Amino acid sequence: MHEAPMRNAPTFSVVAHPHKKVDGEGLMLGRPAYTDDLVPSNALHVKLVRSPHAFARIKSIDATEALKLPGVACVLTWKDCPRIPITRAGQGNPEPSPHDRFILDEYVRYVGDEAAVVAAEDEATAEKAASLLKIEYEVLEPILDFEHAKDNPIIIHPEEGIHEMFPIGFEPKRNIAAAYHMEVGDVEQELAASPVRVDTVVYTQAQNHVAMEPHAAFSYLDVQGRLTIVTSTQNPWHTRRLLGLALQMPLRSIRIVKPRVGGGFGAKQHIHVEPYVALVTLKTGRPARIALTRREVFESTFTRHQMRVNIRLGADPDGTLRAIDMQVLSNTGAYGEHALTTFMVAGSKTLPLYNKVKAVRFGGDVVYTNKVSAGAFRGYGAIQGLTGLESAIDELAHKLGVSPVELRRKNMIHEGETSEVFRIMGEGTEGVAMNIESCKLEECIRRGKELIGWNDERLVWEVAPGRVHALGMAIAMQGSGIPMIDMGSARIELQDGGFFKLHVGATDIGTGSDTILAQIAAEELGVDMEDIIIHSSDTDHTPFDVGAYASSTTYVSGSAVLKAAASMRRKLIDTVAMLWNVSPEDVIYEDKAFRTVDGSRHLTLHDFSYDTLYHNGVRMQTIEVTESFSGEKSPPPYLAGFVEIELDKETGKVDVVKYVGVADVGTPINPNLAKIQIEGGLLQGIGMALYEDVRYSDKGHLLSHNLMTYAIPSREDVGSIVVELVDSYEPSGPCGAKSAGEIGIDTPPAAIANAIRNATGVRLTHLPFTPDKVLAAIKAAEGAA
Amino acid sequence: MIVTITINGKKESLQIEPGDMLVDTLRNAGHVEVKKGCDTGNCGVCTVLLDGKPIRSCSFLAVRAEGHEITTIQGVAEEARRFADFLNREGADQCGFCAPGFALTVIAMKRELKNPTEEEIRHYLAGNLCRCTGYESQHRAIRNYLEADHA
Ligand code: FES
Ligand code: FES
Repeated sequence: MHEAPMRNAPTFSVVAHPHKKVDGEGLMLGRPAYTDDLVPSNALHVKLVRSPHAFARIKSIDATEALKLPGVACVLTWKDCPRIPITRAGQGNPEPSPHDRFILDEYVRYVGDEAAVVAAEDEATAEKAASLLKIEYEVLEPILDFEHAKDNPIIIHPEEGIHEMFPIGFEPKRNIAAAYHMEVGDVEQELAASPVRVDTVVYTQAQNHVAMEPHAAFSYLDVQGRLTIVTSTQNPWHTRRLLGLALQMPLRSIRIVKPRVGGGFGAKQHIHVEPYVALVTLKTGRPARIALTRREVFESTFTRHQMRVNIRLGADPDGTLRAIDMQVLSNTGAYGEHALTTFMVAGSKTLPLYNKVKAVRFGGDVVYTNKVSAGAFRGYGAIQGLTGLESAIDELAHKLGVSPVELRRKNMIHEGETSEVFRIMGEGTEGVAMNIESCKLEECIRRGKELIGWNDERLVWEVAPGRVHALGMAIAMQGSGIPMIDMGSARIELQDGGFFKLHVGATDIGTGSDTILAQIAAEELGVDMEDIIIHSSDTDHTPFDVGAYASSTTYVSGSAVLKAAASMRRKLIDTVAMLWNVSPEDVIYEDKAFRTVDGSRHLTLHDFSYDTLYHNGVRMQTIEVTESFSGEKSPPPYLAGFVEIELDKETGKVDVVKYVGVADVGTPINPNLAKIQIEGGLLQGIGMALYEDVRYSDKGHLLSHNLMTYAIPSREDVGSIVVELVDSYEPSGPCGAKSAGEIGIDTPPAAIANAIRNATGVRLTHLPFTPDKVLAAIKAAEGAA
Repeated sequence: MIVTITINGKKESLQIEPGDMLVDTLRNAGHVEVKKGCDTGNCGVCTVLLDGKPIRSCSFLAVRAEGHEITTIQGVAEEARRFADFLNREGADQCGFCAPGFALTVIAMKRELKNPTEEEIRHYLAGNLCRCTGYESQHRAIRNYLEADHA
């Protein structure tokens, strides 16, 4: 079996080892584990009635016929909901997303927007009742083209009462959800003085997450009358807080439970289904269940923000990059969830890559359209920004006639350096200054070149008449949590038998975070993996955590676990020292046992656990600690992506023959799980580069609404994906770790665009690079030549 | 109406409507190991074996299963555990939602194909989508699993 070499491996015994995922076998055997596996049998079935129009006002809803149907429990409309503007975005408090949405509203703003709620004894009846609702709409003219949204006479959010939580540039009357601008140095002056300039534009499309488990939730009132919601979510605490606001309930009356989640990628970092089951349970007193169909997931959850990224670069003839100007227009769809932050990340997690420029500027708007709302999605703006930036850098290499690899190496960030951008740009707020303590990009590039067989003299070659192979590359960075905003906590309690209960708020959405957090605890406590029983994400029973997003879990929640384990270790030693009447310095804890330095006393952890709970009289006590962590910085993981494509000049079809991703994620807590995060991310990025695309009719009806019309990569679609992790150690991270969840997705669109450029001489500007676009570009270039 | 289906070796009589899909009938009968991911026969998470051959239970009317043998992952638990071991060792299990349908298809493939090539494996499993893993690790696991039997 192939394994990446691990510099720090000898110093760890549990961490940096490929432990099996703690829930792996159980999930494969199909043990009831996901939300919809656990629904109480007497639950009402909830169906949402969705708008058939891209923009409309509901004039009336007649539920008479629907309510006559036997088995129908209730029909709820906007008139039954508190008129409280909310955001569905699961983010910190206050949210950087505008509160521009109501659980149900008089207006519907895209095809698929929720118009009414129906609940019935069984699913078929609920569906029937939904079809019997008579809704009269006043159909309004929609805005579908995001380049014409700003200052359009059509206003998507004319309603009063909606607001931003702090200044984000929210101007709904201009269809602007958020706006931002920053500049370091004088970009115009620097560009004007640069002998070599490039000016590029890239359009990145809306992409669907397609987590295999569709969104699902159920709710019930517990014995104390509290509202419990079991849901497939990435952020239980944000969900509770947002629901409390939406339903005007005190947070103490709500409990959120996250069972196993069948994939997230950002799709479940929002409240999409929870408000509706909650409404039904509150109205009827009955348990209520919802499970979206795949079509509903496409039509009514979120997509990636579509963006237009304009880049201007200025450089000296020797390849010294002098200025970067990045201007972005982002489409947030009907509501502004994650509008500001994804847009800012397009700059904040890409521009520091080239930290030696004299001037850098970033700015633009995020606009509303009558399309499915955009939200959080792995890569979170960085993939969009990077596609623009890394395409422009490659263009500059062509213009200078230098190696694209060497151009990057000359200008990119290195260990021990910083970037002004870190300090200026945060996620919705100011950033945090940060020195880069671990950056092995040089090594990632060196190894990546080796694995792909990079040769600057031979970036394209013919394999058959009309068929060429070509190479392309791109580099990327991400973050590890949001500094000073994200917080995670962990509680550890010694149990009789000498094992530990580890309770974390961190939300395992399939990434394996339960496993790696248990590994960190086991490492620090000097016990085996089996001695750690992990339980995660239940607002009643585990400590707080912001949730699984922003590549935060390993770094933020992992640090909390490490702190808790270290505290537990100290507490164990202190307690034993007290029992023995010696000083803690005289107690050694090793191999699951305590002894005095002089060897006169010895006690196993197992025996101690019984003593402290059963035998120690008035000194009996539960040995328990809770610790929290919030990062002062967000150390970026890095990746160098190299691709070999095959391009058929007759058909325009592009295939990935081989994709190499070499990453610096710090110490991989679990090398297998870290590697698979990156392999999966690469494939999701390849899908975005080549064919995944959210498509609409000219009336705003979604054309890509199932897995036939929206294809994701199958196992036959890509040649090979090769991932390696380089030796790296992040001093600020738990056991040297950074994040691994998002970095994988960032490079494919840019690397593939660059390979197509090398293959054809043409720069494609509109993702995805489908055969028709590739062919048209080739033809246009031939025509021009 | 009532259908009688042998599920994992046990005869079960189930109340259904004529238009019900097998996936819903199975899940309603407590076989929640059969997952539901797309409703259009494209993702493979609802895979079960009908008389030993993989089918998509979301696109198969429950009434057509009358008198047949249906096997879910629970019906081949022993073999699934063996395969799970290989998969877990590669870290090839992420959210796990695709896992029961995927593993069942792998087990059916192993019974059906002798010494399949990489291409044959990918083709056989093409209908089993996974959004998490990027497939590479799954294939490392499959190769090890198939080879283990030859060793
Ligand atoms: S649910 Fe049956 S193939 Fe997707
Ligand atoms: S492991 Fe999540 S879909 Fe396969």
